[in-house]
Amino acid sequence: MNKKKELAIKYLFTALAFASLVFLIGIVLVLFKEALPIFTKVSPGAFLFGESWYPTAEPPEFGILPLILASLWVTAGALVICVPLGVGSALYLHELAGPRQRAVLKPVIEILASVPSIIYGFFGMVILAPLLQNSFDLPIGLCVLTTGIILGVMAAPTVASISEDALSYVPRSFREASFAVGADRWQTLTKVIIPAAGSGISTAIILGMSRAIGETMTVLMVAGGSAVIPRSIFDPVRPMTAAIAAEMGEAPVGSDHYHALFAIALILFLITFVFNIAAEFISRRFRLKLGLSR
Amino acid sequence: MKKRNIIQKLGFSALFACMAANILFLGTIIFFIAARGLGAINWEFLTQAPRDSMTAGGVAPAIVGTFYLTSGAVLFALPLGVACAVYLTEYSPKGWIVNLLRISINNLAGVPSVVFGLFGLTVFVKYAGFGVSILSGSLTLGILALPVIISASQEALTAVPQSTREASLALGATQWETIRRVVLPAALPGILTGVILSVGRVAGETAPILFTAAAFYLKGYPHSVFSEVMALPYHIYALMTEGTHPEIQTRIAYGSSLLLLALVLSVSMLAIFIRARQRKTYHA
Amino acid sequence: MHNLHPSPAQGQIGLNINPMGEADSSDGKPKISARGVNFYYGSKRALNNINIDFTPRRVTAIIGPSGCGKSTFIRLLNRMHELVPGSRLEGEILLDGLDILAQACDAAELRKRVGMVFQKPNPFPKSVFENVAYGLEVNGVTDRNLIEEKVVDSLKKAALWEEIKDRLKDSALGLSGGQQQRLCIARCLAVSPEVILFDEPCASLDPISTAKIEELILALKKEYTIVIVTHNMQQAARVSDQTAFFLMGDLIETGRTDRIFKAPRDKRTEDYITGRFG
Repeated sequence: MNKKKELAIKYLFTALAFASLVFLIGIVLVLFKEALPIFTKVSPGAFLFGESWYPTAEPPEFGILPLILASLWVTAGALVICVPLGVGSALYLHELAGPRQRAVLKPVIEILASVPSIIYGFFGMVILAPLLQNSFDLPIGLCVLTTGIILGVMAAPTVASISEDALSYVPRSFREASFAVGADRWQTLTKVIIPAAGSGISTAIILGMSRAIGETMTVLMVAGGSAVIPRSIFDPVRPMTAAIAAEMGEAPVGSDHYHALFAIALILFLITFVFNIAAEFISRRFRLKLGLSR
Repeated sequence: MKKRNIIQKLGFSALFACMAANILFLGTIIFFIAARGLGAINWEFLTQAPRDSMTAGGVAPAIVGTFYLTSGAVLFALPLGVACAVYLTEYSPKGWIVNLLRISINNLAGVPSVVFGLFGLTVFVKYAGFGVSILSGSLTLGILALPVIISASQEALTAVPQSTREASLALGATQWETIRRVVLPAALPGILTGVILSVGRVAGETAPILFTAAAFYLKGYPHSVFSEVMALPYHIYALMTEGTHPEIQTRIAYGSSLLLLALVLSVSMLAIFIRARQRKTYHA
Repeated sequence: MHNLHPSPAQGQIGLNINPMGEADSSDGKPKISARGVNFYYGSKRALNNINIDFTPRRVTAIIGPSGCGKSTFIRLLNRMHELVPGSRLEGEILLDGLDILAQACDAAELRKRVGMVFQKPNPFPKSVFENVAYGLEVNGVTDRNLIEEKVVDSLKKAALWEEIKDRLKDSALGLSGGQQQRLCIARCLAVSPEVILFDEPCASLDPISTAKIEELILALKKEYTIVIVTHNMQQAARVSDQTAFFLMGDLIETGRTDRIFKAPRDKRTEDYITGRFG
């Protein structure tokens, strides 16, 4: 009696737990199912490396190279901002901030990481874009530069928070050993602590990148939306996420355009999937290196 | 000797600059939105529906819509997420299958939100036939909230000492009785933190509801789970990209942004506060 | 029937030698017997062919250096070892002659009869009252009056009532270490077990609290069969009637406590008792 009930409950929990696995598999299946039809019309090579994206022209052209490059440019821009800002803040918190400053700054950074992306997009549109337009005398303020800055600022708290965790796992004894041979704090930081936490910090950066490349609303609002291959950081662009969000509403269900948008989503999913697996792999190695259990 | 000191000084100043820039950027964003949004918010703004093609009136339907979508998402994700965390910490045998589960949950957390939107569109809107509705949007947002709830609950459950479980089992309680009467109550504050964090995340999301739930302009309030709804974040987007009176609409968008920001920040502050208190009790 | 006369090389208590030289009400039948017990963590063998009997209403101390398997062994007696994945048990453990390892024996039912007090006090993060009432509630007692009566009774038996009667609603985590441990004993008593296993119950306590717990154990043996694991030989000498000495997974010697301490038969027991093991 009792045993049967216990077993039933255990199976119930097992089933519920594996539902989350089902969702992930479901996402992959849906993406493949809805994306594959486009490749009967366009070869994968022409899709990935085609230089023009005119999905509604007659005849339509489905080359997503401009979209991929746009995503890469804005992500690179975001990295230039969020790596120094995020990692620098984490090092400051770890090394220089006193206990009182830490007690305030750490939660503040965490709270800032929860600001919705639509808010960043809105700010970029109404404040930053006009500002950059005026200061660089641009025809339009919505461009790679604006998007990179906004995405970078947005990802910085996440990078800071995860890097700080990695730094805090470095055993005290490493520092003491370094001080004991006469190193100063800066040398200890750059030669001992950063290398020891290096892979943890890389994990943080990869996750920041993953967040930047998958971000939708912000780029939809501030990237400018033009689907051409970017030539300079002042060009307006249309990253992959923005193309999906902007065009899905207009693409008739089951049309080539519709399937092409799913194919973009599939590629996006695969990119972030690789990033996440890499982050997982590196952070596991990091924990092993420092002798931490999972 | 001297050169070394100078390098250290320069390095530390650079770190300080990074921290300051980080806080400054984000402070600026919040400052601008607060300063300009405050003027737009009044009683009418909070309680009235938009009028005259979004140039007058308030955002009440969007507030209500965000409330419905968020509650729906939590209602769906909470039982599933807690059950998954309970399985992972209490029942699961160690091995590759559990590793697979853990990795897939981590990956679910990293899937771009627009991809969730497409999944919701295909599965809930079209396949299940729920249409563009509160139900479709809630389920889509629920899947997005799932990893947040799972990882917070898992942290809370692992923080309950093993000796507490043993004490209960040694008294003749079964495993399920132990989980239900001892482990879950002890982990409750931590699970609550996860729920609140996920509320903050879900309330601010836009991309997943673009094709699954959101309407850009509705006259009235939703009357069933199969209705389309307005939602605060989507309303901000609509105000900025559609319509014919950009000036007036921007003003309303400031008000809506401040509202959303205040909602999300206060919710995550609450979560972080609860968690900080919780951690203290365990380390005491 | 199980074998009542194992080979003389194996240690045993209470059958051939009646420790107190008096007739037991149970006619000398052991409360618990372990027969040919081998225990493995993965492929590592932690216990080798253990044969031992525990006499009813006596205190048996299990002593030995750290890592000798004494804590591992005591956890077999109420099947707490099942919580360790990858462990394996061979042999028989009999409670009143019935095999507790049999499929038909429910672990939860067994643990109601064989209670346990752990090394570190482990009260639940609940009130004092709820802690003691917990075992009754999970065992299906719903009568509030009965529960209350039982809680008070158990707290009195655990010599905690006087100190704590005004704080029944306070969190158990606010008590001192010694009080927490006596609360855990009360919690165990409330379920009316027949056997109580103590796994180094005083390891984290101060000398005054330790003395109280020892006094309590001596009082409890009138009603209960008690097994206590301890690394403290003075404690074993003070509280126990019988002593078993474990070393590296083997049961080396068992017998009446005074005999073991005065005239150990095995050289290794003597070495340990006289402190030559460090």
